[in-house]
Amino acid sequence: MSSATDGSTGGPPPQQGPVIELRAVSKSFGEVRSLINVDFALYPGEIVGLLGDNGAGKSTLIKTIMGYHAPDPGGQILFRGEPVSDWSVAKARSLGIETVYQERALCELQPIWRNMFMGRERRTRWGALDVSGMRREAARLMSEQMGFTSTAVHPDNTVQTMSGGEKQGVAITRALYFEAQVVILDEPTMGLSLSETRKTLNFIRSIKDRGRSAIFIDHNVFHVYPVVDRIVVLDRGRVTADVVKGDLTVEDLIHGLQDVARTGEWSQRA
Amino acid sequence: MSIDETFLAQGAAEADDGHPKADHSRAPSIWRRSGLQIGILAVGVVILVTFIIAAPDVFLRANIYQAFASTTPLFLIMALGLTLVVITGEIDLSFPSVMALSMVSFVYAFQAGMFVGVAFLLAILTGALAGFINGTLVSRVGIPSLVITIGTAFLFRGIELAIMSGRGVPLTDAGLAPVRAVLVGRYFGVPMQVVWTFLLAALLWFILNRTKFGAHVYLVGDNSISAKLMGVSVARTKTGAFMIMGMCAAFAGVVASFEVSYFWPTLGDGSLLNTIASVFLGGTSVFGGTGSVFGTLIGGFIIGALNAGIVSAGINAFWTQAVFGLVIVFSVVLQTLITRRVRK
Repeated sequence: MSSATDGSTGGPPPQQGPVIELRAVSKSFGEVRSLINVDFALYPGEIVGLLGDNGAGKSTLIKTIMGYHAPDPGGQILFRGEPVSDWSVAKARSLGIETVYQERALCELQPIWRNMFMGRERRTRWGALDVSGMRREAARLMSEQMGFTSTAVHPDNTVQTMSGGEKQGVAITRALYFEAQVVILDEPTMGLSLSETRKTLNFIRSIKDRGRSAIFIDHNVFHVYPVVDRIVVLDRGRVTADVVKGDLTVEDLIHGLQDVARTGEWSQRA
Repeated sequence: MSIDETFLAQGAAEADDGHPKADHSRAPSIWRRSGLQIGILAVGVVILVTFIIAAPDVFLRANIYQAFASTTPLFLIMALGLTLVVITGEIDLSFPSVMALSMVSFVYAFQAGMFVGVAFLLAILTGALAGFINGTLVSRVGIPSLVITIGTAFLFRGIELAIMSGRGVPLTDAGLAPVRAVLVGRYFGVPMQVVWTFLLAALLWFILNRTKFGAHVYLVGDNSISAKLMGVSVARTKTGAFMIMGMCAAFAGVVASFEVSYFWPTLGDGSLLNTIASVFLGGTSVFGGTGSVFGTLIGGFIIGALNAGIVSAGINAFWTQAVFGLVIVFSVVLQTLITRRVRK
């Protein structure tokens, strides 16, 4: 198992420390060990592709980063070099880490504006919910940012009336809106059409252009390869590879992943 | 970049198929947004008109409305609070016992010589504590609310009966007169409890629609995993809803006792089904995530009108329950049909 620092030799210059770092993080659910002694680091302005088979621990890893799962005792999460205590989703989001979840994390019966501001509701200076402000802002974001539909989507419509791509648009716009320093995308292209996929990948590139970082999880190597700087491969809860993209072609990556699937080892010379 | 296009073509999950998409650019119509409330209001109007036609000399006089304005609040106050619990996707069956348990606090505090306002606050606090216990057992320990609130219903009732040894307490002390005047007095023929019911409805509407907590009530009931992934505290929200319910039950307990100037140890018996029926009749979904205070308000008045009206309308008393049930079943079926149509 290579640690995060070994693999980043030719990558984005890590003169700054990592934005987020995991040290020796394990996560067990009863008898099942979903993550085993994982070291992981994400540097500013870097996009990391997180690959691995079903059940490799990808979703568990990002939910641990987000504070949804607490790591087993002994593991450490560091934000900008500082170990964090009482880590929670609310705290992770307040520090600028946003996630576009595989399951999208939307409340389908609620209007779009409520989903857009879920967990981050805006209030007036009197302390009451700023319903008209959130509604207006949601309408603006949808017409200016989402771009998944040419016509404006009305913020009062419930999410259940939207198409898969539009739902994904809400989830992504939500992550973008809160000026996230780190955006985590868990299979964001799943179930999307060709044009929607293209927009999503362009969005991921734009994260890097703004000097922010992202973790991009996808089953599809052809989606991951073009946009990432570094690739981390998880297999059965362990990091089996941590390689800079510049060193390998997409064919190398596919062969490497096949090796991991067969032997559990990344045999390629990175 | 042409290479990207190739990658995309290989990886696209589905092609653009020109499938016509719904037009979302229009605001949802009033029917789509408030169809349920309109439907329930229509049922209410139909029932009222039916009663007026069936017994005009009863239903065109103020007496029947006064009677029904004095009894309906006794369960409607709790139905308003229960609405929040049901929107979070839970249920509370212990509130009849909470009514009585809260009155124990009131009676003991008053008899110990405390100022009557303090006794009232202690009663409300008792309700909040009972709600906190329910909410904690449901949301932190993870017991289904249907199961645990049956348990706490027996527990709270048992504690109350044991403390009171089954005896009642008359609430006729002169020191209690101001509370009686404020809670259940009659002004211009209007019973105060109906005024309190409207004020409570306004307060709960504000909490549900204009506070962060209220927003979380909807989100948690709609999809608690999504809410949790976005940093909403599911446990805190559900516990809060149960505490509001407990306080409503305590308030209803005090009001109901002062209405008859007596604290019966059996206080709350018979209020369970009226309360729950009001919430569901008002269009709040048993699956959570949708519901409104306005709907419950109308639902409660329909239940109250049926209670007061069926006998007055000259329907054979043996048929009252059947008529009652028929209206509820019909209304809930109607709601399901409306919801299905609107969602399409």
